[in-house]
Amino acid sequence: MIERTPILNAVTHVILLSGVVLAVLPLWLVFVASTLTLAEVNAVPMPMLPGGAFWDNVAEAWSRARLETKLLNSLTMAIGVTIGKVVLAALTAFAIVFFQFRVRMIVFWGIFVTLMLPLEVRIVPTYAVAANVLSPYQTLLNAVRIGELWHWITGTELALEWNLLNSYTGLVLPLVATATGTFLYRQFFMTIPEELVESAKMDGAGPLRFMWDMLLPLSKTNMAALATIMFIYAWNQYLWPLLVTTDPSYETAVTALQRLTPMSASTGGGTPDWNVAMAAALLVMLPPLLLVIFMQRWFVRGLIAQDK
Amino acid sequence: MERRAVFKSRWLPYALIAPQVLLVFTFFYWPTGAALVWAFTLEQPWGGGSAFVGFDNFAAVFGDPLYWASVGRSVFFAASATTLAMGVALLLALFTDRQLSGYRAYRFVTIWPYAVAAPAAGLAFRFIFASEAGILAFLNQISPGLWNPSMNGNQAMLTIVVCYSWKYVSYNFIFLLAGLQAIPRALVEAGAMDGAGVLRRMRDIQLPLLQPTFFFLLVINLTESFVDSFGIVDIMTGGGPAKATNLMVYKIYFDGFKGLDYSGAAAQSIVLMVLVMALTFVQFRFIERRVHYR
Repeated sequence: MIERTPILNAVTHVILLSGVVLAVLPLWLVFVASTLTLAEVNAVPMPMLPGGAFWDNVAEAWSRARLETKLLNSLTMAIGVTIGKVVLAALTAFAIVFFQFRVRMIVFWGIFVTLMLPLEVRIVPTYAVAANVLSPYQTLLNAVRIGELWHWITGTELALEWNLLNSYTGLVLPLVATATGTFLYRQFFMTIPEELVESAKMDGAGPLRFMWDMLLPLSKTNMAALATIMFIYAWNQYLWPLLVTTDPSYETAVTALQRLTPMSASTGGGTPDWNVAMAAALLVMLPPLLLVIFMQRWFVRGLIAQDK
Repeated sequence: MERRAVFKSRWLPYALIAPQVLLVFTFFYWPTGAALVWAFTLEQPWGGGSAFVGFDNFAAVFGDPLYWASVGRSVFFAASATTLAMGVALLLALFTDRQLSGYRAYRFVTIWPYAVAAPAAGLAFRFIFASEAGILAFLNQISPGLWNPSMNGNQAMLTIVVCYSWKYVSYNFIFLLAGLQAIPRALVEAGAMDGAGVLRRMRDIQLPLLQPTFFFLLVINLTESFVDSFGIVDIMTGGGPAKATNLMVYKIYFDGFKGLDYSGAAAQSIVLMVLVMALTFVQFRFIERRVHYR
């Protein structure tokens, strides 16, 4: 808009610059603290410019929290969840949009309702299920007396057990179901012109062929957007990995941060080594941050598309 | 909306939906059902299974002053974090949408905090707001004990509100800016032709048209602040000092996994679930309105 508003323009820049400062200052302080020595980081006021101890702190944080394992676990979990969500959401949406079958709307609303059941509100029983994923099915089988039948036929107890605690499957599987992803695809599939489906059918393509050769290439941008969002979501998970992994070799990087939190001097922890804690925090926050920086367009698109 | 061109197969659609349906059943519906069962039963102390106790667990939860204290804190947290995160985001989005030179750079940086894991942000802010290091420690040199979030409950609450809002400003900013950009440029230009200044146009054209996005975000923010605050609380305060930051979601975790009071935790989960459902219901009312606006 062509307007001469010099004062307001200056005010605008001041406001937006303060926004940028507010967004970046905490990140800058984390970076600066991660480059200081123990004495420097506890100096008051703390230095605002980086020091020279960055690699020492990173090495210390790395070995103390065994970050090579933790970061690898985080990566495995994030990739697993991302692929799982991108694939399962596509399959479900494909079935819902392009097929006519009896329980279609029930499935749609059944997935929709999971939006109202965030992990945090069903955390204790979900943990119980993860301890034995087959327990719901055991209960159902027992309810219809199949357990007794089994006992009568084979003489053994029917005991289904599959423990997910301390495993990659346990980290990934409970987080894979996705209502938002399914809606994202559904929304996109609805915009596919019917003529395209008709012509594919006329050329003799079956549903799977149509999905693989036409739908998937067309959904590339949606997939990239969804994958970006979901990778960040999965990497940043905290509560679930915290519960499901008690064995340190399956812990993720984000949960490892808790062990690095220094005790404050007032509660008898000695001089808090914030420099090491901040080096670890920096390493943990870096992968999703880089993803946002380099895939900004996909990230914003994926996030916005989720609410439609 | 029905489509005319559909594929026909007796088994394929069921095979396609099976994996997700199984996951949803196993990890969403079954645990939710289990929470309901646990909320109305009580495990016998000396074995013998669990007994149906009706609303006793809820009565115990609602009769506990600690629970109401945690509800009060959660409501305070939700209100202040939402106000802060939405207010700042709205200001930034409105002025970014003026598209002055360099607005792309501002926009680019303002969305960074959303990518930071809540616990990592919590750890960062715990350092930044620490009493013996960080940027506020100088207060204690002026007057010892002036600033200590690990001892002072109000200050601890302030730190988690600031940390949480920091993350959500960028989230809200993305949505509000998209909402502003969806407003037809012609409307704003017509306002300018009629002599409305920048601020007048914001107030009388952009803000009213942004209302649907705004209400949608308001509900999302309230819901998330009830459930998504766990990581920040766990890393920054652990619910302390003296339970001053013991939010509802943290109390469920603590009672369930540390206190092993499954029935009590389940009853609290059900309360939180009802709250989330009520908020989601309101949200979809507003989404419907939003469709009409466009």
